[in-house]
Amino acid sequence: MKNRWVLFVPLAIMGLLFGAFIYRLVTPPETLIRSQWIDKPMPLFDLPPATAGVEGLKSSQLADGRPRLVNVFASWCIPCRAEAPQLEALKAAGVPIDGIAIRDRPDDVAMFLREYGNPFDRIGADMQSSVQIALGSSGVPETFLIDGKGIIREQIQGVILAEHVPEIIARLEAMK
Amino acid sequence: MGPCLRRGAWVFWLAAFFLALPLSAAAQDRLPPAPYAYEQLRDPAKEAQAKALMEELRCLVCQGQSIADSDAPLAGDMRHEVRSKIAAGESPEAIKTWLVARYGNWGTYDAPVDAAAAFLGLGALALLARGGWLAFGRFRRGADDAEGGA
Repeated sequence: MKNRWVLFVPLAIMGLLFGAFIYRLVTPPETLIRSQWIDKPMPLFDLPPATAGVEGLKSSQLADGRPRLVNVFASWCIPCRAEAPQLEALKAAGVPIDGIAIRDRPDDVAMFLREYGNPFDRIGADMQSSVQIALGSSGVPETFLIDGKGIIREQIQGVILAEHVPEIIARLEAMK
Repeated sequence: MGPCLRRGAWVFWLAAFFLALPLSAAAQDRLPPAPYAYEQLRDPAKEAQAKALMEELRCLVCQGQSIADSDAPLAGDMRHEVRSKIAAGESPEAIKTWLVARYGNWGTYDAPVDAAAAFLGLGALALLARGGWLAFGRFRRGADDAEGGA
């Protein structure tokens, strides 16, 4: 054997493989399914009001020149409760927010709004998740950033945290 | 003191578990499933088309299952969506394209062959061919050596 170091090559390869397996065990791959319906116009829909005293939501209302958020939520979604203060902060900063309530009952939505506040201009009831599916959304809460022409620019999956608020305001401002 | 403390902890965790149960139950919506979530189409030919398509669409909530297999509410709503579109005369291929445009290739178990898929499939074949070629060369050399030595 001229070069006995060659003998260690298989061991090194095994070591690398082992390291790769350990890495994936410790940090599992992201399992979120991102919407591919980005930089595309809002799908056409006309949703009835999610509860008494709120306005329903039509896709044509999302192209009024003002960039906005469309928040996909549900009263039965526990993380959505944690998101409520951040939506309030965004509303206080002048961001228009519309809601889509997924598989929800009017009295449950009313109770949710009473308890956690109502930052929404309008709330459409998506009883069979059809708008959610048309948006490529796979859960609640999710938030879509819509530009003034009704084009979906970005999808946020999961709860909006307090540290995300300034960035969201800046992104919407940039779309003006 | 020690065992007593441990029993206290045990009771605490048991109580915590039972307290958490209604919380997880509350994280479910209270609406009945969509009409076509658990009901077949009248026309057996259309139902067969819908069923075949539902089996190759991934459930987005429970990603190891197809929407045909899953009891997740969103999977039920997707079955409703698929069956309604089939009933309205859309082709399964068009529905699949519609869904892939929203959820990407990950949304189907029968993804189209793109560059990445071709690399995965053909790469394995190329490696196998290379290995076979190496082995063949080695065996032949071994045979030559044996002949030379004899």
